[in-house]
This record gives sequence, structure tokens and C-alpha cells, in this order.
Amino acid sequence: MTLPDPGTWGAILAIAAMAVATYLCRIAGVGLMSVIPLTPHVRRGLAALPGSIVVATVLPLIERLGWAAAVALLVAIGTMILRRSELLALLTGMAAISALRAFGF
Amino acid sequence: MSTEPPFSPNVSEAPITGAGLVLGLRKVSVLIPGIVVFAVAFGAAASAKGLSFLETMLMSAFVYAGVAQLVAMELWRPEWTWGAIAGLAVVTATVNARMVLQGASLQPWFAKYPKALNAFHLFFFTDANWLIGTRYRAEGGRDLGVLVGAGLVLWVVWAIATGGGYMLGALVSDPRRYGIDLVMPIFFAAMIVPLWRGRRGMVPWVVAGLVALITARLVDGYAFIIVGSLAGALTGAFRDDAA
Repeated sequence: MTLPDPGTWGAILAIAAMAVATYLCRIAGVGLMSVIPLTPHVRRGLAALPGSIVVATVLPLIERLGWAAAVALLVAIGTMILRRSELLALLTGMAAISALRAFGF
Repeated sequence: MSTEPPFSPNVSEAPITGAGLVLGLRKVSVLIPGIVVFAVAFGAAASAKGLSFLETMLMSAFVYAGVAQLVAMELWRPEWTWGAIAGLAVVTATVNARMVLQGASLQPWFAKYPKALNAFHLFFFTDANWLIGTRYRAEGGRDLGVLVGAGLVLWVVWAIATGGGYMLGALVSDPRRYGIDLVMPIFFAAMIVPLWRGRRGMVPWVVAGLVALITARLVDGYAFIIVGSLAGALTGAFRDDAA
């Protein structure tokens, strides 16, 4: 059996495929952990997971985006330590990167 | 906000309250400016790539995953084969694979709620929701309404701002210039502060960071998030001295 060509529906089908793939990612972790027993090891692993996700996401992005980005993220972290405000961290971080890039860094 | 929601009849294990919804709305409001900027950038990229307005809105409404949508714009084409569609689905899944781990980290919280409710609110689950939920849980919160409220508001904002970005189009043709590419990294970096639990808790993070850096060198794409995060979780799981 061969499928008919996607044709004019190609873009819609591509969006649908993305939507299904994304939703599966959203429910997979919760579904998976509901069959894995919560042993002390698993519990400690889950406790270490959020920070690990944050660091594993940010560090390689800094390497890709360059040291101006690193400065901007440090400014954001510093703002967060001082004021505990995500909005302020976003503003100072984006101001820092805009300024650095405007000056050609 | 460490106090329990004021009206909560019979909430023993699994509260979901109107007060929680409102609190979620408040918590997400500080992230909204960044999300708007991100959505506008996507809308502009989509119009530049030749997507119709309807296609752009459908993608934001049903895929609802910023990074994956921007990556899809790099791969977008005027004509589609089944192979290209399958390829796009695979790329989308790898970009979003971090959601698997994010969901897993919050599962002990979700497990107390009905499956249908979880299936519903997980549709609205994003990086921002995960950051809010993780921080709220770390502060001792238990009301799922916070996550649901934040998710719904963010979804509406994301859709509206996508439409705006599509209309504005070329105005933000260079997202780098305004630091838009740094919005999500900034939110993630800022999260380190509330997640900080002293030096002992740092060991898994260092492992996660180093493994992610090495993976990013060796493998294209976003695999580094998964590999690094898993390495950090495993380190945390098998460290005997972990408190």
C-alpha cells in the first residue's frame, strides 16, 4: 500500500505531526515515572534532575552563543540573587546583551 | 506565598483551587514579557518563511513549543513529502525531549491527580510552566491550580503574540540584535538561584554541565540537554553521601 502524496495538505500534516510528537514528549515523562517505583535512588535522582536540566540546557548554549551571552546570563543571575525577580533578570540580561552586541562584541 | 490557599474544602492530598489558578496567573505574569518577545519572533519568522496566517496560528496553538517551532522554521519547505513530515516530527521530538525529563521530575506531584486532568494540563506544559511548577514545589506548594492557571494564560498570550509577530513581520527580522535568542537561556539561568541548595547539591549539576558541554561538541542538535540532565540525575541518584 502506498500513501497518497501529502499534496496541498502537506503543511497542515507537518504541523499535526509536530503537535503529536510534542504532546507525546509532554506526557511521556509522567507516564514513565508512574510505572517506575519511587525507590530512594530514583527519588534522589529526581531531586537532582531540575538543576541538572537547567545547567545542561544553559552551559552549551552559552558556548554556542559566545561570551557576550555568558556576561548577559551572569548579569541576569546577579539580578536574581539581589532581587529575586525573573522579570528584572530578563530586563537586565537583555539590556546587557543588546548593549554588548551594539558595541560589536 | 507560603500560606495554603484560603478556601480549600477537603483538600488532603491533591488540591486544585481557584486561588491556585490566580496564583499561577500572578507567577506567570513576570515571564509574559519574555514569552511575548519569543512568540513575536516566531510569528515574524513564520511569515518570512511563507507560512499562511492560519498555518502559523495552528502551529502555535497545537504544537505550542517555542524552540521546536523556531527550529521547524529552519526546516520548513514549500512542498512536503511523507519523509520530510516524518523527519520534522523526529526533529521536533528531539528538541522537545527535555519535556520528558521535566515531566518526570514533577510526576510525584501529578501522580495524586486523575489521569484525565493530567492529560489535559500537560498539553499546556512548557519550559515556563516547568520553571514555575518546580520553584513553587520547592517552596512547599501543592496546588495544581498554579500550573493549570499559568499554562492557560501562557497559551493564550503565546497565540495572540504569534499573530502580532506575523503581522509585524520584518520589524523583528533580526532577533539577535535585541537579544531575543537569549530569552529562554536567561530564564533558565535565573532559575539556578531559587534551585540552589548549597554546595553539596551542586555536584550533579557540575556533572550535568560537563557532560552537556561534551555532548554538544560531539552531537548536533539538542541532544546535550537530555544526555547532560540524565548524567546529573544519575549522579544524584547514586551518590551515597547525598543528604
